[in-house]
Amino acid sequence: MTQLYHFHGGVHPPTHKALSVRSPIATPPLPSKLVIPFHQHVGSMAKPLVQAGDYVFKGQLIGMPEDGLSSAIHASTSGTIAEIGMQVVAHASGLPDLCATLIPDGKEAWVVREQRNPITLPIDEIRHILRLAGIVGLGGAVFPSDAKLRGGKHHVRTIVLNGAECEPYITCDDMLMRQRARDIVRGGDIIRRVLGADEVLIGIEDNKPQAIAMMQEACVDRSSMRVIAVPTLYPGGGAKQLIRVLTGIEVAAGVRSTDKGVQCFNVATAYSIYRAVAFSEPLLSRIVTVTGNVHKPQNFEVLIGTPVDELVAWAGGKPDTTHHIMGGPMMGVPLPNDQVSVVKACNCIIAASDALFPPAPPAMPCIRCTRCAEVCPQELQPQDLYWFAKSKNFGKAQEFHLFDCIECGACSYVCPSHIPLVQYYRFAKSEIWARDNDKKAADQARERHEFREYRIEREKQEKADKLAAKEKAALAAKPAASDDAQQKIQAALAVAKQQAVTPKNVSDLTPQQQAEIADIEARRANNQARAQSDAGT
Amino acid sequence: MFYSPFIRKPISVSQIMLRVMLALIPAIGAYLYYFGPIILVSLTLASITAVATEAAMLKLRNRPVAPFLQDNSALLTAWLIALSIPALAPWWLVVVGTAFAIVIAKQLYGGLGNNPFNPAMIAYAVLIISFPTHMTHWLTPAMLIHADLGFAGQLAYMFGNVLPQNMTLDAFTMATPLDTLKTQLHLGTAISSIFGQPIFGGLAGQGSEMVAVGFLVGGVYLWATRIITWHLPVAYLGSLFVIAGIFHLIDPAHYAPPLFHLFSGAAMLGAFFILTDPVTSPTTHKGKLIFAAGAALLTYLIRVFGGFPDGMAFATLLMNICVPLIDLYTQPKVFGKKEQAR
Amino acid sequence: MISALLVMAGIAIVLGAVLGFAAIKFRVEGNPLVDKIDAVLPQTQCGQCGFPGCKPYATAIAAEEADINCCPPGGEEGIRKLAELLNKEFKPFGDNAKPKPKAVAYIDENTCIGCTLCIQACPVDAIVGAAKQMHTIIAADCTGCELCLAPCPVDCIAMNPIEETLSVWKWKYPVYALSPTP
Ligand code: SF4
Ligand code: SF4
Ligand code: SF4
Ligand code: SF4
Repeated sequence: MTQLYHFHGGVHPPTHKALSVRSPIATPPLPSKLVIPFHQHVGSMAKPLVQAGDYVFKGQLIGMPEDGLSSAIHASTSGTIAEIGMQVVAHASGLPDLCATLIPDGKEAWVVREQRNPITLPIDEIRHILRLAGIVGLGGAVFPSDAKLRGGKHHVRTIVLNGAECEPYITCDDMLMRQRARDIVRGGDIIRRVLGADEVLIGIEDNKPQAIAMMQEACVDRSSMRVIAVPTLYPGGGAKQLIRVLTGIEVAAGVRSTDKGVQCFNVATAYSIYRAVAFSEPLLSRIVTVTGNVHKPQNFEVLIGTPVDELVAWAGGKPDTTHHIMGGPMMGVPLPNDQVSVVKACNCIIAASDALFPPAPPAMPCIRCTRCAEVCPQELQPQDLYWFAKSKNFGKAQEFHLFDCIECGACSYVCPSHIPLVQYYRFAKSEIWARDNDKKAADQARERHEFREYRIEREKQEKADKLAAKEKAALAAKPAASDDAQQKIQAALAVAKQQAVTPKNVSDLTPQQQAEIADIEARRANNQARAQSDAGT
Repeated sequence: MFYSPFIRKPISVSQIMLRVMLALIPAIGAYLYYFGPIILVSLTLASITAVATEAAMLKLRNRPVAPFLQDNSALLTAWLIALSIPALAPWWLVVVGTAFAIVIAKQLYGGLGNNPFNPAMIAYAVLIISFPTHMTHWLTPAMLIHADLGFAGQLAYMFGNVLPQNMTLDAFTMATPLDTLKTQLHLGTAISSIFGQPIFGGLAGQGSEMVAVGFLVGGVYLWATRIITWHLPVAYLGSLFVIAGIFHLIDPAHYAPPLFHLFSGAAMLGAFFILTDPVTSPTTHKGKLIFAAGAALLTYLIRVFGGFPDGMAFATLLMNICVPLIDLYTQPKVFGKKEQAR
Repeated sequence: MISALLVMAGIAIVLGAVLGFAAIKFRVEGNPLVDKIDAVLPQTQCGQCGFPGCKPYATAIAAEEADINCCPPGGEEGIRKLAELLNKEFKPFGDNAKPKPKAVAYIDENTCIGCTLCIQACPVDAIVGAAKQMHTIIAADCTGCELCLAPCPVDCIAMNPIEETLSVWKWKYPVYALSPTP
């Protein structure tokens, strides 16, 4: 029995998970259209590679990752690109973003794929494959996986595979582990190999006995891989919390977990990694739980870009649904409308009704009861953060570790005054970011302005200098009528100055000598560059 | 538009307040048994005053009345006031105290959640400073009583200030055990002989000790249902016990035993119902311990060396002032930012 | 009694001397107050404050020659920051100074005749172009100061307010249904 650690606080919201695990993962028919956003991941937006009217194959790259942190976007099926344009996307803001609209032709014609052996593939190539396959963290963070597999300065000892799935209602990881445990484990092998880790710990909350059994069976022949049942406690599936429970390591905000020797991947990500590496299948679909106010709650293997209304219709959406939630009831976002499409971050669609999610009672003043602090998994003092965020005292909020908040919602869940605490934290965080950006812009403007002043000053100076030089030259050119020694010296100086501009000693050299000099110069520059970069690191 | 979390634990401020009031029932029961039904009158009187003044203040402050009245916090304050002043007080004493607590100590500071001082203790402090004699007429418990006034007689005294002929107040009221102890010690009587007097029971005062037990029972219920955490009561009672114990060990003839201190005066009430008022106590665990220990020390000092019969109210108010400071200096380390013991 | 007074006075004098010495010894060169004020100003460099840029305005504030409510691009937030920095009362904008949403300039490239006048006006060198060539604005560097509008002989520069996009979107302040008055 492995020793489990525990994290502070946590809550036990009713899970409602039994609803959607009664039937296996289903594959819905092709939707009438697919709306595929080009920015579905952390990092910069993928650059569109196709135009309206282009025919694309299933799995064809349509969005190229930009330099740095970014990921690729693919056509989820074969068909014609109808439009590249701004459309409302699945985001709390309800703002439009660049999307490709794809009309499926029903042929599901794939691009050329190849089978590879993940055991022998060079590690660099695996990262490259993942980047171009658009693999991102499917637990909801959508962080590009290739970047996570880059490791840090420290040796990564432990890989944590996150199958905890602590959010109520969501069962997509549960069903995936029940039905495709073997591929998840193989994905774990790849991750372990790339990061050179010693062990893989698969954490699953103990309310999923079937998933635990299947996963245990799948990794029974691997000595370095262990399935560990963790207590059911929200937010035990948060990466920081699960790492803490399994290894005892606490990864503070702003610290890379690899610096502490652990890295955490969602089980669904591990599955996609395996499919991408072994079968060159890019991330075209994901398992989505459709539940809530529907007749037949179920998990679907959904193509990225499927409109939410069509997806919910397959699960039998009830007419009194007021809106839809992407994600779980604790951390999910309300969708701006039903036409937005499923994105890589979308693990669950909950049809909401007033009966299921009654509107919040009016918020009362905080009575400082510290129920929020008792449940906060990050050991913050939410009531203080609330106070500072509410009074827009952002400096103080940061001092009280606002940015350590993982927005799990546990505090709002227990608050007897029904204060939308997390909402205040989100507001404060985005306000602080905006201000930081303003500050940066202002600093840049100041710099540019100062440079301009300097430039104008310098131009003035140069003009004046030129004028003076001209006058002097004119003076010197005048025949030296008076044998003024002073003037002679001046003239001589002027001549010397002009001559100094073109040094004589290199003016007439043989080509060979010149080549040698160039060689030496090059070497010197090289050395200098190296010295600089050494100093830099 | 609502944002996540979309679900909430079914708990509200009004439920919490209601549970706390529920937890006062055992003590009220003991009160009824030992001192008669007059306590119900002062409870009712205080409640009516509290609700009326709260509603009026909310109206004046242009705040929504209904949700704030439903939070039950005014009612709870009223009950605490009624339980901490003598039950047979003239009606205006109850009204003035409650109104002062709600209007000045609570609403003028911004209402629920914004008052730095415990309203009930402010009421107590104001009354004992302004009307010290009225505040010392505590009912004599049933088993010691010489002349029974009867419920009707009590009502007549309370509302009309009339006493039956040939009866004085002293016939059915007495000083509290704490008070008696103080005066007698002053006269040079030793503890052991003071405790031999009939007003003293097994723990502290006859009757009043059982009310204290009632508070203890209610407090344990609050802790068991997670309305309060153990920190404040345990730290308060523990510190009081230790401090009183030290003095008692040094000089048993002049300092009462620790259990006497725990079960007399407002110690039990304070430990479970006054200090634990979330609005006016620290939010951190460490802070709670410091706050309660400080309150215990001050209570003891005021009781034994000060001029007032009980120190609970002043100790609470003094410690209330320190709360922001205590909170600031006891901020716990957050996740991942503490020294890791692994 | 006397000795106690003397001791107190002595301590006061010594402390005063130490403070004075420290003030001389550790005096920061330059005028940090101007820099501090300048750091709070938005650096739009628009001159709406009546000074030829943010630094001159900062200098004027530091010298108590200008009020703190003269910078529209900074918004009320800016005044509040200045008030806090200088320990002064908050003062709302006067009637002639109203903040408006931030914008960037945009040159209609078909109309531009390449006169280079706007280049000379731009305080942050955010316009590129050469004589007789069409000009264009580096949107990322434009502060929205509007100084380039006036010099343009063919009126081809327009100010486009910055639209809310996903990357600059902010969470709104939560609305409190319960309290009509704060
Ligand atoms: S749970 Fe709510 S009322 Fe209690 S301290 Fe936290 S924010 Fe305040
Ligand atoms: S949302 Fe933030 S403050 Fe609230 S419990 Fe979660 S981590 Fe703590
Ligand atoms: S008004 Fe314009 S120039 Fe003056 S301080 Fe503000 S941004 Fe700078
Ligand atoms: S381009 Fe125009 S508006 Fe923009 S900074 Fe330059 S002068 Fe100001």
